[in-house]
Formats: sequence, structure tokens, C-alpha cells
Amino acid sequence: MKTDVPIVDARDLGKVYSPGTEAEVVALKDADLRIERGAFVAIMGPSGSGKSTLMNLIGCLDTPSTGTYRCDGVDVSTLDAEELAALRRDKIGFVFQTFHLLPRMTALENVAMPLVYARVAPAERERIATEALKAVGLGDRIGHRPNEMSGGQQQRVAIARALVNRPALLLADEPTGALDSKTGEEILSLFKRLRDDGHTVVIITHDAEVAAHADRTYVIRDGELHPEHAEAAA
Amino acid sequence: MNFSDVIRTAVHALRGNWMRSVLTSLGVIIGVAAVIVMVSVGQGTQAEIDKMVSGLGSQRLDISPGSRRGPGGVRMSSSSYYTLTDGDVEAIREDIPEVQFVSGSLNGNTQIVYAENNWSSRWQGVQPDYFDINAWTIAEGEAFDAQDYSSAAKEVILGETVRRELFGDESAIGQTVRLGRVPFVVVGVLAPKGQGGWGQDQDDVMMVPMQTARRRLLGAMGLPPGAVMQIALTVTNADDLGYVQGEVESLLRQRHRLAPGAEDDFSVRNISEIVATRTATTRLMSLLLGAVASISLIVGGIGIMNIMLVSVTERIREIGLRMAVGAGPTDIRRQFLAEAMLLSLVGGALGIVIGVVGAVLVGRFGDLPVVLNAQVVGMAAGFSVATGLFFGYYPARKASLLDPIEALRQ
Repeated sequence: MKTDVPIVDARDLGKVYSPGTEAEVVALKDADLRIERGAFVAIMGPSGSGKSTLMNLIGCLDTPSTGTYRCDGVDVSTLDAEELAALRRDKIGFVFQTFHLLPRMTALENVAMPLVYARVAPAERERIATEALKAVGLGDRIGHRPNEMSGGQQQRVAIARALVNRPALLLADEPTGALDSKTGEEILSLFKRLRDDGHTVVIITHDAEVAAHADRTYVIRDGELHPEHAEAAA
Repeated sequence: MNFSDVIRTAVHALRGNWMRSVLTSLGVIIGVAAVIVMVSVGQGTQAEIDKMVSGLGSQRLDISPGSRRGPGGVRMSSSSYYTLTDGDVEAIREDIPEVQFVSGSLNGNTQIVYAENNWSSRWQGVQPDYFDINAWTIAEGEAFDAQDYSSAAKEVILGETVRRELFGDESAIGQTVRLGRVPFVVVGVLAPKGQGGWGQDQDDVMMVPMQTARRRLLGAMGLPPGAVMQIALTVTNADDLGYVQGEVESLLRQRHRLAPGAEDDFSVRNISEIVATRTATTRLMSLLLGAVASISLIVGGIGIMNIMLVSVTERIREIGLRMAVGAGPTDIRRQFLAEAMLLSLVGGALGIVIGVVGAVLVGRFGDLPVVLNAQVVGMAAGFSVATGLFFGYYPARKASLLDPIEALRQ
């Protein structure tokens, strides 16, 4: 791994929906963002601020209309759906507000799912997924299904799933939004621990308290992204 | 995503909703089973016809008195109706070298009595070639010799059914029976032929020399002297059949002194023509049966497509998640295509089992001829694979083109 390349390197990033029509929406304009390896960053903004658009771009779910985005050194602007999927598989681990676990699968199967697409052999998948579950403190729950677990446990399973491919970037979208505050604290301290282990973590949230756990916070409002201190200064 | 993972994921998804999967497969099960049963029955009927064709012979012509169009309402006396004679038979034999065998014949019904047993059957007054033309062989005793024919010997050869009815386990050869009031000596028994193409008992028959029939059995039917009721012939080479038919027609017109333009007073029938018509009809019927069965297979396929579309909609979040963790459009398409293929393959396999059992049962209890071959089963299997591919592709493609952002938001 090249340590000098930032995990997230966005320059003048912009996204326009339905360009050239009456329904044209500028969701994001001229966003500059650089996140280096091992950082714990929060991106904060109210709903409708362009937060989700930015997350989709950083998460390689979407390509920008203007500007460039390099994800761990790879320029995403020219990639097709197949290549974006491969990039997500190799570089990004997603954690969602509503966990997005598959109800018919056990915790182990849920965690191992990304490895299926990475063509890891079944025995190896099981080993790696078990390790990931142990890392989030669920070593004793590998055979449980989502409906047999609490919300906090489900989110831990989701985090284990996000970690299982050893992604360059852990991208969490309102990871505590569906949890009570105590459980939310636990999840956030888990993220901090992961940061300490060398993972790069980006949390998208509307909640300043959640953002306060991060080492650095960006604020997004009306499609414009600023570092928090600049906002405070203004 | 490798092949075994694709299959494992598909099995997992289908098991999760197994009742729905079974019901969806049912469409294909019924379709494949219907194709197998229908095509087997169609082929069975075809085989039956083929058997009939070879039984009748495709080298054979039958000549009857009267025009092809029939008497046309004009009532004719029997003496003017029976226009064919011994002379015509001999002329055909002499003048047309392509003819292999030719025989005139007379026939009628009579009572045959042996001791206290009696039986009513059909007799044929025949010439020597008759046995070859109709593929009769003597199982017991011997055929008539030349002297029997020329001297109008009172001898008879029995068909197996007549022999059984009169003699049972006794030997018939050398015994005297009465046909009507005339005593005949049994000189031979025909080898049995069994049921004919139209279901009649071919062995319920007896043969006498033609001259004998003319003198002893025809009685007061009032046929002109030397008349025969039928002439049958075979050609050496089947390719000559059409040519010989023409030759026979012109020879008979000439012999009967028919003016140009006058209607034939006889008709030449080519049995294979009749059979060809019947074969074409049967083939059409098989095609229709197959088509109806295929429609049910298509309906089954539409059922699969329907359920797969529902499944894509229901599992849109799952699709979004899989895409987020790195599944490409190809992976998603393969997964849904595999589910559709599994439904149709399992349905096809069960359909083959049910279809084969059904065809066998129809053959045994349904009184229909059934021919079941590996080709039909293979075709049905191929059909079910094609159904899964064809009807599974659209939903799978639809799933693969979903936008992961939209899918995750659902």
C-alpha cells in the first residue's frame, strides 16, 4: 500500500441531477475533500444538504458530474457499473442506519457475503468472517439470525461485514440513527477502536454529538462543504 | 462470484419461499409432462400408421370394377357392374413386365361346418399369386398346386381363427368341412397375421381356388362368366408403381374398348396414396397436440417470469445491499437467472418423471398407442432449460440494472 496517497481525494467535486431541464438540481458543488489513511472524519449536515450525494460519491455508488474523485488513488469518473462494483468490493465498507442485514442468513453468512463476490473460497470465508465477528465482540453470536439480536448487535454484525474485505475506507451513514444513545455510544467507541487499529472511518450524520466523536468534522449545507472550523470562523 | 456460490445463493433464496417456488414450478411440471405425453401419443399413432403401411405394402395396386366416382346414382345390373375378367388378369401378367405378382379374386360369406361346430366367415377365391401379394404363408399343410387351380378342386385353406373355432386343439389337415352345402377338404392352415390396421381380425378368413369358388360358392350371384371381383398386383420395384398404374389403366381401357373421353369402368387404387393422406392427417394431429402442450409450457414460463419480477421487487433492498458490498450487474443477473433456471429445471425434471409415468399409463390403460423415446424426453428437458433462460432473463436483467442508491433507499 502506498501510504502517501490519500484514501479520499476529491477536487471541485460537483453533482447535478437532471442537468439542462427544469428539474435541474445542484446537489453538490465544488467540494474539496482529502482524507488520509487512519483518519476518523465526520461529515455533518441537515437532511437535504447534499450529505447523501456526497456519501454516494465517496462510496463509489455514483460518479461525479464535475471535478475528480480518486478513491485510494483510483479515478472513478470514467468507471462503469461493473467497475464501480469491483471498486466498492475492494475499497469500501458500508455501514447503514438500518443495518441492511439479510434476515434469512445467520450473522456469519451476512458477514461472509462480501467475500462471495471477492471469490474467496468457502472455508476461508468462514474463517475471515468469524474473525471479523470476534473483532466486533460477537464471537459468541455467529449462528444467530438478525431477528435474534438487539439493534446494537445487528449494527456490530453490519460493521463486521463492512470490515471483512479489509477496505481502505469504512463509510458509515447515520450508524447510530436507529439505536438508543447508550448503544450508539458503544458503536461510536467501536469506530474509534477501529481507527486506532489503522482503519479509515468516515461517518455521515446530522447529529453534532455524533460528529463530536470524530477527529475532524466537515459541515455540508446547501451543497457546499466546509471544514467545521471555517464554518465557526465565518 | 463462482458457479457453486451462484447455485447455493439461488437454492437459499428459493427455499426461503418454498411454497411459492413449488407452485411456480408446477407450471413447468405440467407443461413438460403434457409435452411428453402428447408427443408420445402422437408418435405412437404415427408408428401404428407406419406398421399399417408396411402391412399393406407400398408396391401394391388394387383394381376394382366400377368407376372411381362410383355408380353415380345409376343402378347397374351386376353383370354390367363386374367388368373385370380373368382375361384382364392374364393381360396384365403378359403385357406389363414390371408387375411381379397379379391375382384376381372372388369373395363372399358363408357358413362353414365341421362335425357339430360351425362358424360364419369370409371366403376368398384366389389365384396362386394371391398369397404372395397379401403376404400369407402356410403354417401347416400345404398350398394349392397347379392341378387344384385348374381342376377346381374342392379344397380349402383355413385362417387361424376359423381353424380354432372349428377344430380347437384337433388337427384340421385332411378333415372334411362343409362350406354351405359343399364338402371341402382342408389342405392347409395360414400363419396368423393378427389384427389389421383398422382393427379387424385378418385371420377370420378361408381360401379356395378361384375356379372352385366360381363354380361352388358364388351360386346365383349372376356374375358374368370369367368375371373377377378384384384384381390385386404388386410391382417388383416400388418406384415403378406410378408408371404401372398408368399402364394398367390404358391396358384395361383398351381391353374394355372404352372410347376416348369415356369414363373408366374400373378403378385403380394405390393403397399408399390413402395411407399417405392418413399419415399426413396424423402428423398434423401430432403437431397440434405438441403445440397445445407447448402452450402450457409457455404459460409455465410466464409464471416463472411473473414470480421472478415479484421477487426482484420484493428483494430490492437485498439487491441494493449486494451491490453496495461489491456485487456487479453481472453477479446480480446471474443470481436471478440461476433462480429462474432452478425453478424450470426442477420443474422440468419432475415433469419428465410425471410425463413418462403418464405416457406409460396412457399406453397401458388409455387404449392409445404410445411410443416413448429418449429424444422426446431430451426435447422436454431442453424445453424446460430454454423456458428458464428465456423467461428468467428479463427479470434478471431488470434486477441487474437497478441503481444501488435507489435500491438501498427502498
